[in-house]
Amino acid sequence: MEKYNYKSSTLTIFMKDFRSELRTRYALNALLMFVITTLSIIMFAIGQESPSVEILAGMLWIVIFFSAMSGMSRSFVSEEERGTVMTLHLIATPASVYFGKLIFNLVLMISMNIFTVLLYFLVIPNFVVRSFDVFVITMFLGTVGLSCSATIIAAIIAKSTTKGTLYPVLSFPILLPLLLAVISATKMAIEGATIRLASGEFQILASYILVITAASYILFDYIWKD
Amino acid sequence: MKTNIKIEAINIKKVFNRTTVFSNISFILEEGSALAIAGKNGSGKSTLAKIIAGVLTPNAGEFIFSINDKEIALVNRFKYLGFVSPYLQLYEEFTALENIQIYSGVRKLNFNNKNLSSLFTKVGLFDRKGDPVRTYSSGMKQRLKYAFALLHQPPLLILDEPRSNLDSDGISIVYDIVKEQKQKGSVIIATNDKEDLQYCDSIIDLNVKVNNSNK
Ligand SMILES: Nc1ncnc2c1ncn2[C@@H]1O[C@H](COP(=O)(O)OP(=O)(O)OP(=O)(O)O)[C@@H](O)[C@H]1O
Ligand SMILES: [Mg+2]
Repeated sequence: MEKYNYKSSTLTIFMKDFRSELRTRYALNALLMFVITTLSIIMFAIGQESPSVEILAGMLWIVIFFSAMSGMSRSFVSEEERGTVMTLHLIATPASVYFGKLIFNLVLMISMNIFTVLLYFLVIPNFVVRSFDVFVITMFLGTVGLSCSATIIAAIIAKSTTKGTLYPVLSFPILLPLLLAVISATKMAIEGATIRLASGEFQILASYILVITAASYILFDYIWKD
Repeated sequence: MKTNIKIEAINIKKVFNRTTVFSNISFILEEGSALAIAGKNGSGKSTLAKIIAGVLTPNAGEFIFSINDKEIALVNRFKYLGFVSPYLQLYEEFTALENIQIYSGVRKLNFNNKNLSSLFTKVGLFDRKGDPVRTYSSGMKQRLKYAFALLHQPPLLILDEPRSNLDSDGISIVYDIVKEQKQKGSVIIATNDKEDLQYCDSIIDLNVKVNNSNK
């Protein structure tokens, strides 16, 4: 009983997804392939040119946004396809399912984005960040915000019949405020702004995360029912 | 520790895409008894079983699910019932043992290896419990679903087509489980099988209801 005895439904659901991912590598492989291909394309496209750091910051977020979308879109679709939605209904409350999936997506995206950013620094030497602390906080808040909204969008998408196409369409308006704040904060980090100067952006990001999580928690009960 | 379970359904109705599957379904299920849901293919047996389990919402009607005279809210109903059906899916990438560990973890049960062993022995899967469910035969999967349903010793057991894919050994295990469950709580069986009906104390015939609503 050691393996799954966490005394918490949420953590057990997270561990189930985590172990399942380690075995099937479904999201992980798709994510790695995506990040590596897009980064190579960016590298080839840049060639000998040296684009402004602002453009490089924008490109970094394009890679992160689309890899997040492809990696997390399946978190509920996979249960739907396997027919295990009813199994979850029979053992857990909607809240533990939602938070279990959310924690999984957080862990997946945080580790993925650490990899993406390190690789980005490595292959694009022009990308220099002056305030590293602002950059790290921005990346962290951006990743958490992205995971929170991607999780609830994935839950909505799983119930629709046109799963594939709807995802980016629905996620763009929901993610727009997050992307604007995150790109602006990344620019500030590059320009060498202090944490105090970037605190406005951080506040927007933090309130975005709070609002999305609260709304998701309320919404999920209705989405999860038949 | 007997849990006094009582289920009361009042005028349950279910509509799919504007077609009424059934309406005005009412019954009372008391502690220690078994209820059969009968009817031809497509009459709504599985639909009614899912509504009772709380995984489908009825379009009209009321359900009172009470334990020791205390009403259980819909969100908590899953804690008090076990469900077996051919369309229930377990996690194929995990072994049978891991599946059961996951379910007991999610349910926050205090389960030890001895409990686990006796559960697997009961459904006759002890020697194969370390195999991935993906490698199981359909009858073995059906047996594992009984372990899934009985894990938390629920006062209500809902069985949709209880014998599907089972051999004669498996079928007698099922009937033993039904008899045992009637000592501890109640059973609902959705079936068309004559032999299954012998273990039930009352029957809801969905064919009759369908005819009524067509009039
Ligand atoms: N998700 C759904 N969407 C639309 N219609 C549905 C859905 N599920 C069931 N139905 C319809 O409801 C009716 C009852 O289906 P149900 O599966 O409950 O029948 P059943 O009595 O269990 O049949 P069987 O004996 O074949 O198991 C059928 O006409 C079916 O087409
Ligand atoms: Mg059926």
